[in-house]
Amino acid sequence: MAAKIGRVPVAEQDPKVRATNFDEVCLGYTAEEAMMEASRCLNCKNPRCRQGCPVSIDIPAFIAQVKEGNFAKAAEIIGEASSLPAVCGRVCPQETQCEGVCVLGIKGEPVAIGKLERFVADWARENGIEPVMPKEKNGKKVAVIGAGPAGLTCAGDLAKMGYDVTIFEALHEPGGVLVYGIPEFRLPKETVVAHEVENVKKLGVKIETDVIIGKSVTIDQLMSEEGFEAVFIGSGAGLPKFMGIPGEQASGVFSANEFLTRNNLMKAFRDDYDTPIHRGKKVAVIGGGNVAMDAARTALRLGADTYIIYRRSEKELPARAEEVHHAKEEGVEFHLLTNPTEILVDDNGWVKGIRCIKMELGEPDASGRRRPVEIPGSEYEIELDTVIMALGTSPNPLISSTTEGLETNKWKCIVAEEANGATTKEGVFAGGDAVTGAATVILAMGAGKAAAAGIHEYLSNK
Amino acid sequence: MYRITKAEKLADKIYLMDVEAKRVAKSCLPGEFLIVRTDEHGERIPLTICDYDREAGKVTIVFQVVGASTAKMAKLQVGDAFADVTGPLGQPSEFVKEDIETLKKKKYLFVAGGVGTAPVYPQVKWMHEHGIDADVIVGAKNKDLVILEKEMAEVAGNLYVTTDDGSYGRHGMVTAVIEELAAAGHHYDVCVAIGPMIMMKFVCLLTKKLEIPTIVSMNPIMVDGTGMCGACRLTVGGEVKFACVDGPEFDGHLVDFDQAMKRQQMYKTEEGRAMLKLTEGETHHGGCGHCGGDQ
Repeated sequence: MAAKIGRVPVAEQDPKVRATNFDEVCLGYTAEEAMMEASRCLNCKNPRCRQGCPVSIDIPAFIAQVKEGNFAKAAEIIGEASSLPAVCGRVCPQETQCEGVCVLGIKGEPVAIGKLERFVADWARENGIEPVMPKEKNGKKVAVIGAGPAGLTCAGDLAKMGYDVTIFEALHEPGGVLVYGIPEFRLPKETVVAHEVENVKKLGVKIETDVIIGKSVTIDQLMSEEGFEAVFIGSGAGLPKFMGIPGEQASGVFSANEFLTRNNLMKAFRDDYDTPIHRGKKVAVIGGGNVAMDAARTALRLGADTYIIYRRSEKELPARAEEVHHAKEEGVEFHLLTNPTEILVDDNGWVKGIRCIKMELGEPDASGRRRPVEIPGSEYEIELDTVIMALGTSPNPLISSTTEGLETNKWKCIVAEEANGATTKEGVFAGGDAVTGAATVILAMGAGKAAAAGIHEYLSNK
Repeated sequence: MYRITKAEKLADKIYLMDVEAKRVAKSCLPGEFLIVRTDEHGERIPLTICDYDREAGKVTIVFQVVGASTAKMAKLQVGDAFADVTGPLGQPSEFVKEDIETLKKKKYLFVAGGVGTAPVYPQVKWMHEHGIDADVIVGAKNKDLVILEKEMAEVAGNLYVTTDDGSYGRHGMVTAVIEELAAAGHHYDVCVAIGPMIMMKFVCLLTKKLEIPTIVSMNPIMVDGTGMCGACRLTVGGEVKFACVDGPEFDGHLVDFDQAMKRQQMYKTEEGRAMLKLTEGETHHGGCGHCGGDQ
């Protein structure tokens, strides 16, 4: 029986070696490994994995092709549902989605769906499989704001339906969080991200960089002056949050967004780029999400002793288990149930340490997680030269404040219907972090996909 | 491509360029800024917009060489192009939104320091085009560093030029001129001061005493310029603000200048290293022992 063999392990760079470089941690399956892992799939009649996927990839079908060695066919099946498979295979939280509901996971380990998806996407890239430009164009112009996961997905889907799509990107490079946020060692930029962006372009999508919607041009102008019949807003997360504790404006205190952007988008880790970055010797990252892990593992690779400070316990860490595991392997030190109360500053205005207080878990709060409460008298100090705040973001007002009739909720997120992305303004749709607040790549992609269908329905009935 | 159609050296280390950037030129207003990137490996450099030509789709930028990236920029010639020009960014000057009749009743004093003359110019020009004569003080270290004097004279009401060493115009700091004007009975409703942070700090200390509301334009370290990174945060009236989306102009009497100046120094060593690498190339091995280039 197929299920008798265990999950095929995947090769990774040795933790000691990778802690000093920015190359990818996970090395991916070989063809033989992928076929063996694919053979574990039970091909369930009622595939729960597919329901667990926000973009509804036909998972059993593509795995069946991998099992037989038909990798091109497998790529085609994935391509029907996803424009960014090499990205998703790497950064999706499969353990809570497709793999989380895999029947094999009840007694043993689920099929490594994510690693198989990655294998197929990488194989397709290495073997020159390209998406086919749709033959029929309908001549209708749609604008997509933001070339991140939501925008690329929405644009790709619309192009496949024959729309004339232009993506407007504020930064100088398309990719959004895939280029500025997620580090090279988790998601290679040139081989993987740039290639998937190219694939979206091959569908006929145009990308105009350096355009800040709301400033360079408004949504109303795009619709009234530039002939766009519908607009999708996938502008992403926004302004970084800070704690509001003393010392936070000191030199040496960065938002994770700044630290990661300097390193990922602006390539500060490479000598051939001009970007300055502060390479700390002792760095604390405040927060417990994927962004906190990314920042900590980046600081570590730049040569620092690195700590994660998080106010709840290990169980509540919002980061993917794999990221926490990798961070620990590489030598990031975790100070859990600990909360900073003050950043200590020297005479020159630089960080010299952090004062923390120990926490314990009390009654559950609104989020259902046990609320951390301070333990009186447990304060202690850690000597540091750098603090990175990874506490999440609040929405950027640039678009909502310049678009007539676009409603936001009390958190200043754009109000949009989940089913089709429709906002309160006619012809304008939205999805991803701009709507939900900071979430995951795949959820943004799911929203982009839903909005593409919503836009198609809207323009077909117009 | 963002082609350069004019490149001129205005003074020692100060350059002016006209650049094709259609979208920016079409929508920009006084007070806003833009970001340029010289090449694929360059930094994102925030610069104030000195002038714009909506018809021709061009913007004028003025910058001072302060580090490796601006040194690289200075080498660009007519016909070359920037990899990126994006904007406009930030909030326009408040007066742009004000009722023009109310505005005409107000007396404005603009105080420009050094390369800060460039961002002051479009504001004074805007006033002039709307029938308002504003007084302008232009200060510089010495005669050679006075820029845009002719252009400014064409749009300003009274123009006072002063140099720190007295080599041109009056002798002394801009604050001395403000004091003189106040003593002579000139009344101003609003002061707009743009220049080095230390100048803006001292102008604000003085105008607070003279009870003249004062607007300053902050130019802190930035990365994306769209509100994403928080590098440009500063404290204004006890609140944390992002210069890129909340500013760059703020109530000068509420800005914590000392903190802002410390934050501006943050990358000084890193930028210094990059500068040395650029100027000394392979011959630089950190022999000075200060820059860490040997490590």
